[in-house]
Amino acid sequence: MQAANNPLAITFFFVFMSLTLGITYWAAKRTRTTEQFFAAGGQITAWQNGWALAGDFLSAAALLGIAGIITSNGFDGLIYSIGFLVGWPIISFLIVEPLRNLGKFTFADVVAYRLRQRPVRMAAAIGTLTVILLYLIAQMVATGSLIKLLFGLPYTVSVVVVGTAMLTYVIFGGMLATTWVQVIKAVLLSLGGLVLALLVLAHFDMNPLNLFSAAAEKYGTRVLQPGVKVAGSGWDSISLGVGLMFGTAALPHILMRAFTVPDVKEARMSILYATGIIGSFHLLVFVIGFGAMVLVGPEVVTKAGGGGNMAAPLLALTVGGNGFFGFICAVAFATMLAVVAGLTLSGVATVCHDLWVNVVRGGDAPEREQLIVARIATVAIAVLAVFLGIVFEGQNVAFMAGLAFAVAAAANFPALLLSITWKRFTTAGAVASILVGTVSSLLLICLSPTVQVDVLGKSLAAVSQAWWFVPMKNPALICMPLSFLVAVAVSLVTEETGAESSFREMRRRIMFGAARETVAAE
Amino acid sequence: MLSPDKVVLPREGDEFARLSRTRSRIAVALSLMMIAMYFGFMAMFAFAKPTMGTILVPGLSLCILLGAGVIVGSFLLCLVYVVWANRFYDPAVRRIMS
Repeated sequence: MQAANNPLAITFFFVFMSLTLGITYWAAKRTRTTEQFFAAGGQITAWQNGWALAGDFLSAAALLGIAGIITSNGFDGLIYSIGFLVGWPIISFLIVEPLRNLGKFTFADVVAYRLRQRPVRMAAAIGTLTVILLYLIAQMVATGSLIKLLFGLPYTVSVVVVGTAMLTYVIFGGMLATTWVQVIKAVLLSLGGLVLALLVLAHFDMNPLNLFSAAAEKYGTRVLQPGVKVAGSGWDSISLGVGLMFGTAALPHILMRAFTVPDVKEARMSILYATGIIGSFHLLVFVIGFGAMVLVGPEVVTKAGGGGNMAAPLLALTVGGNGFFGFICAVAFATMLAVVAGLTLSGVATVCHDLWVNVVRGGDAPEREQLIVARIATVAIAVLAVFLGIVFEGQNVAFMAGLAFAVAAAANFPALLLSITWKRFTTAGAVASILVGTVSSLLLICLSPTVQVDVLGKSLAAVSQAWWFVPMKNPALICMPLSFLVAVAVSLVTEETGAESSFREMRRRIMFGAARETVAAE
Repeated sequence: MLSPDKVVLPREGDEFARLSRTRSRIAVALSLMMIAMYFGFMAMFAFAKPTMGTILVPGLSLCILLGAGVIVGSFLLCLVYVVWANRFYDPAVRRIMS
């Protein structure tokens, strides 16, 4: 059942690698300034950026993970499909325009706009790097075990291969190469998902309802009904929802893509396109998940290993034969590469732009120096990602992706929103909010069943007696309001006249920033 | 790329304040609609499981219908905002600038 013995999978894989490395070579010649390295010179079109956003955001979990959860649990898997989309409209209504008009390379540009640069940048870097490292670990470990499963490569080799490829894209091709890797991956993934869903529907007269009824006939109507799998208690579900919605709206690698387009209108359009692409893809996953349930069967999927991740590839084998199976395996691989490249680039932007330029060098450093720092940071993050990927081999790190969303929601979102909407927001308020959001999320998850039961293997009955026990699998419902509260309270007891007096100027730039190039040209 | 302090910003007038208020109102209204839609769905998923499990026609439960509805609704709200911003907001901003 491995793609290693599948010449088509190997061929697809090599075609993808040659294509992306070719693009990296082409992009390297166009990556000479920091503006080009971090934002592709602002020359990406809205359509390209829409696909790249989808490529950045749709991880292997979107196809393999969710399909697997649906196959074994039915409806509950759809909670993730839906949750991964609902943050996008929030980005579009509240975040994208201020971000594009105030920022340069990172969302910390926006938070620090009116506030004191050094403390805000340092705090934002802590929040950002926490999110990125958690997300990277989750991706690297998933990648290692999936490639082992799909291609038969040893785990360590897989992690090193992915780390090397992503390092190559980012260090030489910067944002331009990363964008194209993400565009190609998103197109392949959508195409693969579409063909897979159509092949499934062909067995059911092209009517999804026939597919769902077949699932209900075989496994009972419970598979179409809400269960208790994704969240133990009712409030747990709400907390998961808070993390997914507001976390998506504050993921550093997603926000960073707003700077790659020429103006605010293109940024707005690219979010709309991304929402459409990601939404359509998740609707296809409904069909793929139930398709795998009916046509492959949960028992077969479980037996194939990988915690249900084989549902979609096995479905491809059943409905499309060996060649299609190879294609889906290669697409899964491409998916992982594109996501880790985007994460790494955004970590590099934080280290170079926020920490080096604005904290260490006080806001100004020569271009050459910045690019050297950026490339050193790329190597450091890539090595760290590979190292952590190997350290966490075989560990249960599935919770880390969810935790990354929770930290983004609790640490980044409140500071970002308040900095553009609340005049009285102060440096102390921003720093306290980001730190409290980060630390409380990490602390609460450690005291929750997620770590205590799922990772440490203690019994739920035993830990739930402890005084420190937090009965929620996802901390966002507690930590995000807490972070808002701290931000408001600390801002009210401190005063920052500079921040207040520049509020009007900031509001004007949020509105008129789109035309700054036009104004300057006159 | 030009440095922020060199950017010439237009003077602020009543029209700016009005447009700024309209934009905020629309952004907040759409966000609240989005939040109500999603958390309404999640609250039903969390606390009204039997209702959500109602089978409407063979193969279609209420939760699947509403779930797909949330996905389509999210896109439509985004579309509403983008159409408004492109048709009304951007031209209004340009008018104030000139």
